Amino acid sequence: MENKKLKILPVVTTALVLLSMYMTFFYLPIMRSGSGDVLDSSFRIFYFHMPIAITAYIAFFIVFAASIMHLRSHDVKWDIYARSAAEIGVIFALLVLITGSIWARATWGWYWIWEPRLTTSLALFLVYVTYLLLRQSIEEPESKARLAAVFGIVGFVSVPLSFFSIRMWRSAHPLMFGEAIYGSSGGGLEGPTLQLTLLMNFVSFFVLFITLLIYRSNMEKLKEEVRAIRAAHR
Amino acid sequence: MIRSLYITSKDLRTELRTKHVINSMLVFSLTVMVIFSLSLNNVLSESSVIDRVASGLLWIAFIFSGTLGITRTFASETENGCLEGLRLCPVESAAIYTGKAISCMCMMLVMEIMTLPIFVVLFNYSIPSIPLMATVILLGTAGFSVVGTLLSALTVNARTREILLPVILLPLLLPVLIPAVLATAKILAGKGFFDVATELRLMVVYNIIFFTLAHLLFDHTMEE
Amino acid sequence: MGSIISVRGVTKRFAGHAALDNIDLNIEKGEFVLLLGPNGAGKTTLLKILETLMRPSSGSVEIGGLELSKAAVKIRKTIGVISHESYLYNDLTVEENLRFFGKMHGLSGNELTTRVEMLLEQMHLEHRYMDRVSTLSRGMQQRLSIARSLIHGPEIILMDEPYTGLDLQSASDLEKMLLENRGKATVLMATHEIYRTFNMCDRIIILCSGKITFDILQQDIGSVDKLKDLYTKIYEGMYDT
Repeated sequence: MENKKLKILPVVTTALVLLSMYMTFFYLPIMRSGSGDVLDSSFRIFYFHMPIAITAYIAFFIVFAASIMHLRSHDVKWDIYARSAAEIGVIFALLVLITGSIWARATWGWYWIWEPRLTTSLALFLVYVTYLLLRQSIEEPESKARLAAVFGIVGFVSVPLSFFSIRMWRSAHPLMFGEAIYGSSGGGLEGPTLQLTLLMNFVSFFVLFITLLIYRSNMEKLKEEVRAIRAAHR
Repeated sequence: MIRSLYITSKDLRTELRTKHVINSMLVFSLTVMVIFSLSLNNVLSESSVIDRVASGLLWIAFIFSGTLGITRTFASETENGCLEGLRLCPVESAAIYTGKAISCMCMMLVMEIMTLPIFVVLFNYSIPSIPLMATVILLGTAGFSVVGTLLSALTVNARTREILLPVILLPLLLPVLIPAVLATAKILAGKGFFDVATELRLMVVYNIIFFTLAHLLFDHTMEE
Repeated sequence: MGSIISVRGVTKRFAGHAALDNIDLNIEKGEFVLLLGPNGAGKTTLLKILETLMRPSSGSVEIGGLELSKAAVKIRKTIGVISHESYLYNDLTVEENLRFFGKMHGLSGNELTTRVEMLLEQMHLEHRYMDRVSTLSRGMQQRLSIARSLIHGPEIILMDEPYTGLDLQSASDLEKMLLENRGKATVLMATHEIYRTFNMCDRIIILCSGKITFDILQQDIGSVDKLKDLYTKIYEGMYDT
């Protein structure tokens, strides 16, 4: 039963992702600017970008919550969730940075601008890359889990603070791009077609995340079992 | 609380005697200053360029040489198994954390006080408001010590602690480093308290949040 | 009658491997207990748990009627630990080390000074009190370490291989201290030195692969040679299975 469910999950995920890709590329109407010119298709990346970003934040929240649970119960199960969510979250955060840069290049002509949201994503990415680095550097499994949990909590708390300080920093510098940069894309999100596409993308990326999380944590559980068996036969 | 200060005074007394850490921190920060000054040799006279980079350079020197000290905070306790000896004392482990954070902060402040005059000379600056500058440096250093001490305890048993600690420390320092650099730049430009109030507030919030968090979590970094 | 140390169902796992496997143990007040066993049997792990330094994976420990998981700080006031590591600061002097640990245990003023002087005298270190620990010989450091562990007058003394690095003089100082505390303090000592310690102890516990395989009163064994035979048998048995 359990196995059957697990086999269905990737099928469902693939179908959802294909559907949302279809919607993004073919279902969406062509965007026109205020003067009626056809905008190029680069805006479509936004429908990947935002759902991935939100999913990454959810992943890191899971790391945070699972870390707290691990420190309370010392149960290895929570550590497995934390490490699996962190690994997938880092990949999603990297995708956020890549899609964000591509979009930025197409819209503003620069791959990277030091814009608060983008920079916060970078800070977030760095925090969790170092989380994985920390895990890698500690040998003993129990202390690895415990120390990583401490870092998982501290790291998550640092993210909103980073956001505020980066915003402050941005406003202190001369604006290279006016507020207009949000105008063109931010204004275009009305209409059921667009909202539906966005929602669909969000659902499919979230399901993708859940699938990866379940598979990854199952694999980690197996690793733990192998380790326990090995230890017992030592 | 008083027992935290015993730990601090023990650390400072040891440091005063050996000067291992403070000497390397000091020499390092001075070297960094000189290298910056040399590399910016051509633009040193253009105050518009220097104004933009000076406060960043100052904090880079502080943070880098602070990292040298923070690595030693708990590493120095591994000799003769002293950390276990400390943990055998009838105090909450949070008290060990507080004592260590204070001693780390003291050492950094000494280094910073010695570095500032060099900075003034090499970059041809005068500091308009010394009390304000002191406040910013104090808050920034406190933030560094609060997070650094926790992470120092976190990495003390890792094989690669010397290279691991700076790497995991910097992303977490970002929220306190940015306002510190901004506020320093403003103060060097002659601005007053109200211009840096936002930055100071953010640094205070950062310190409170991470100090509380470290107190709650420190016990978990110590147990085996 | 509650025991001063009571261990119930304690297990400690490292990476799935059980270093201690469901240990039950009671130690009465004033008892002198030897903890024997081959390397890796779990002696140090058991001591570390009793020293409040290590959290057991499961099971509970009570020391002096206090639950270890809840009252670790209070328990630390009643225990003194001597380990093969000295827990001393190399760059502080002999006196500063003792004073530091004394203060950390809440001693101050005249009380602290008297304790420090008394212990320095007992451990024959009074002529070196101004010297840094790094200049002391290994044996002297270990003697200072013994003084450090007794600074707060503990009711329970936990020792992990205290003979490591001790010269003959230091070893007899240690034994003198133990005899003086005989019956007053509860002692649990992990060691391989059965010939030196057999006559001092009341009870012998042998740990093997994380389990208590043998727990007997000293008078029931009779002589150290019988203990040696027993110990050898257990040791050989370990390789048979």
